[in-house]
Amino acid sequence: MALLSYLISGLGLGSVYAIIALGYTMVYGIAKMLNFAHGDVIMIGAYAAFFAMTRFGLPVLLSVLLSMVVCTVLGVVIERLAYKPLRQASNLSVLITAIGVSYLLQNGAQLLWSSSTKVFPSILAGGSLQLFGGKLSVSWLSILTILVCIAVMVCLTLFVNKTLTGKAMRACAEDKGAALLMGINVDRIISITFAIGSGLAAIAAVLFCAAYPSVYPTLGSMPGIKAFTAAVFGGIGSIPGAFLGGLLLGIIETLAKAYISTQLADAIVFAVLIIVLLIKPSGLLGRKISEKV
Amino acid sequence: MGNLFKKMFSRENRGRTASYLIIIIAYIVLEIMRLSGNMTNLLSSLLVPVCCYITAAIALNLNVGFSGELNLGQGGFMGVGAFTAVVVSGSLAGVIPNPVIRLILAMIAGAVLAGAVGWLIGIPVLKLQGDYLAIVTLAFGQIIKSLITNLYVGLDKNGMHFSFVDNHLNLAEGGKVLISGPMGATGTERIATFTAGAVLILIALTIVYNLIRSRHGRAIMAARDNRIAAESVGIHIANTKMLAVVISAALAGAAGALFGLNNASLAASKFDFNLSILILVYVVLGGLGNLNGTIIATTVLVLLPELLRSLQDYRMLIYAVILIVIMLVSNNEKMKTGLERLRRKTGKGADSHA
Amino acid sequence: MREEMKTDNRIPVLEAEDLGIDFGGLTAVNNLSLKIYDNEIVGLIGPNGAGKTTVFNLLTKVYEPTRGTIKLCGQDIGKMTTVEVNKAGIARTFQNIRLFMNLSVLDNVITGMHNTVVYGLTDSLFRTKKFRESEKLAEEKAREILRIFELEDKADVPAGSLPYGEQRRLEIARALATEPKLLLLDEPAAGMNPQETEELMKTIRFIKEHFGIAILLIEHDMKLVMGICERITVLNYGAMLASGTPAEIQANPQVIKAYLGE
Repeated sequence: MALLSYLISGLGLGSVYAIIALGYTMVYGIAKMLNFAHGDVIMIGAYAAFFAMTRFGLPVLLSVLLSMVVCTVLGVVIERLAYKPLRQASNLSVLITAIGVSYLLQNGAQLLWSSSTKVFPSILAGGSLQLFGGKLSVSWLSILTILVCIAVMVCLTLFVNKTLTGKAMRACAEDKGAALLMGINVDRIISITFAIGSGLAAIAAVLFCAAYPSVYPTLGSMPGIKAFTAAVFGGIGSIPGAFLGGLLLGIIETLAKAYISTQLADAIVFAVLIIVLLIKPSGLLGRKISEKV
Repeated sequence: MGNLFKKMFSRENRGRTASYLIIIIAYIVLEIMRLSGNMTNLLSSLLVPVCCYITAAIALNLNVGFSGELNLGQGGFMGVGAFTAVVVSGSLAGVIPNPVIRLILAMIAGAVLAGAVGWLIGIPVLKLQGDYLAIVTLAFGQIIKSLITNLYVGLDKNGMHFSFVDNHLNLAEGGKVLISGPMGATGTERIATFTAGAVLILIALTIVYNLIRSRHGRAIMAARDNRIAAESVGIHIANTKMLAVVISAALAGAAGALFGLNNASLAASKFDFNLSILILVYVVLGGLGNLNGTIIATTVLVLLPELLRSLQDYRMLIYAVILIVIMLVSNNEKMKTGLERLRRKTGKGADSHA
Repeated sequence: MREEMKTDNRIPVLEAEDLGIDFGGLTAVNNLSLKIYDNEIVGLIGPNGAGKTTVFNLLTKVYEPTRGTIKLCGQDIGKMTTVEVNKAGIARTFQNIRLFMNLSVLDNVITGMHNTVVYGLTDSLFRTKKFRESEKLAEEKAREILRIFELEDKADVPAGSLPYGEQRRLEIARALATEPKLLLLDEPAAGMNPQETEELMKTIRFIKEHFGIAILLIEHDMKLVMGICERITVLNYGAMLASGTPAEIQANPQVIKAYLGE
């Protein structure tokens, strides 16, 4: 029973990673860049929701929506100002710019809201679901998080596969040049990708802060790095891969904390990543691409 | 004598000579300032760290610039070197009282262990094609930080004691804790010197310059420029890239060792992802494959936040903006062609750029 | 018949037998047998998509053959890696030029000597006498090769800034620097004007005579192929369609049909 309970809370944590990882993987798939500032967009999303709830006293759902709007706009603006001029530049230049944006957001947040930790209000009444006559207790938050993650996944899959914009996104991921020749507005598609990824980051921010209720300027770094790991783990560029990678990462982390050592959990997570990559270099669901000679 | 002079400033050696001159002149000037008491405490406290960062950045340029492999774990390699050095220096304190010899031994030990770790990481990773070194070094950096945070090392009359995760060193009376888990190294004897830092940079420069202008260095750059063509002329890609990874890790280890012995106390969290990224920024802004650029960019960027100190809270914000603006401007097509024209005119750009 | 009698007791530089590769269910090359002797230029021709470059990739082990054997001077090289094949004595150029674009022209050729002018890491790091002597030797050799390809004036220029035709010549120069027994040239005249092609023909002939090596070349320029090849093998749909002297190939009705269609 204890194992089952850990698995469920692992799925809850993993769901948050999966939602963040989707942002990494979509941006990578289409813009071919590692958006290292993605974690900091999460942080901004957390602050936005925090202020919406505490200062403006908005209800939870409305706060989430507001936070999504803030992050979406932020994501698109970042892309326009910092990344778009670098379309032709080397990957490294884009990476360094993303790092610059990350510093900017972190230090901007510190300046505006100080580095002291703010306590995120609870978004659920709390308590937990008692099953099997109280033998298994599952927190409502975990259940909510898992449900949200599934909903996000279903919506995103439908969007990418069924809508015209989604098809255009897949075309861009496959071959930007060819997509351009087919009359697809590649710049617009990249903007939309950033918008979606950032909007998802806001959802992840609220769910993450509901579980770990402290808001501070470097909040996004660790979940950001872990979600990136999850995206690589599942096969970067693959949407189902990010989903699977996120969930597995959450489960591994939770189990490692429970059964091996709390302090070493991070080391174990990253060690598993290395092992997976050595066995399957393209990630769990990634595609192998070989160079034509 | 005239011959040597000609050779020093030949097209091939111009960059190298400039590097040596920058370091030697800067060393002499700063040392005079320091000894004559004309240096602020802040600046003198930065001398050794700057040397460490420059060395780690030169080493990283070997990966990123010359070998074309992104390494996001340079901070981790420095961490390995730092804590190795703390243990070696601490445990030799009774045996070898001379701090200079102890410093040298500790730095060698740091370099060897960091190089060995680099080799271990490289074996599986370099067989793969793609950006795997980046991801695996990123993961490695996290792992090493996490491991050192849980490491306890102590020394007493019975010898060395290690323990992991929980502190049960059980030292005898008079024993000394060298590394204490999350607190990191404590009570380290500060034996690092600016002279050692300058010498370390000169050694790093010599190694990297000698390497790249040799059969091995050409192979490293060939594997970067065109993997398939390099194989077709008989260059073993994995071995070649491994050479760059091990040498880079070893130099970062030596730099970390010096860094570790410059601080009385030092936590493993110092050597996190942010440090790796910071060093990467130095390398990219200084120019891939350009060691003089690396030296200058590192110095400027380490000093910049300190110089901006009067701006207090805004300094890191300004730092971030400067970073972004430099990237946008240097990648602007119009600027680029202008710079290229300028470079052609002055006939510079002798080294191979990535 | 004439062929067999002439070559009876010599060991071929290259002997490929029943070579083939499948990509998934698709057979890209099948049942290919090739023999090339010392001091001989052989042409490999065929319509687009016939599998010519794939043959090069099989011989240099970029691809793993599904079937068949490859021998170099009697030695089985079927189990070797690309790197080992080069060390054993096969060098090649690429259809889409693959130079070390950021290295100088001279360094591109010297890099070709990776396994012919050898010294250790300690020699590199400590600049030993062996290092200095080897580097001097390598540079002399490289300049000599560059002279053959009329690139000696461009020795210090980055390879990436050379015009197209010179890049093609540099690729051959780099391949020669590995001191091969067999040189594989993949469309060496592609993108060259008739005058440059004429020059190239002379150079290829000179290389064969000067270095006494065997050359296998893929080329679409029929004037070049018929002009310098002693024998020609024609590929169509991955299989060998014909093999013989240029005159025989030109007269072969099957070849004409494959090229011109029905």
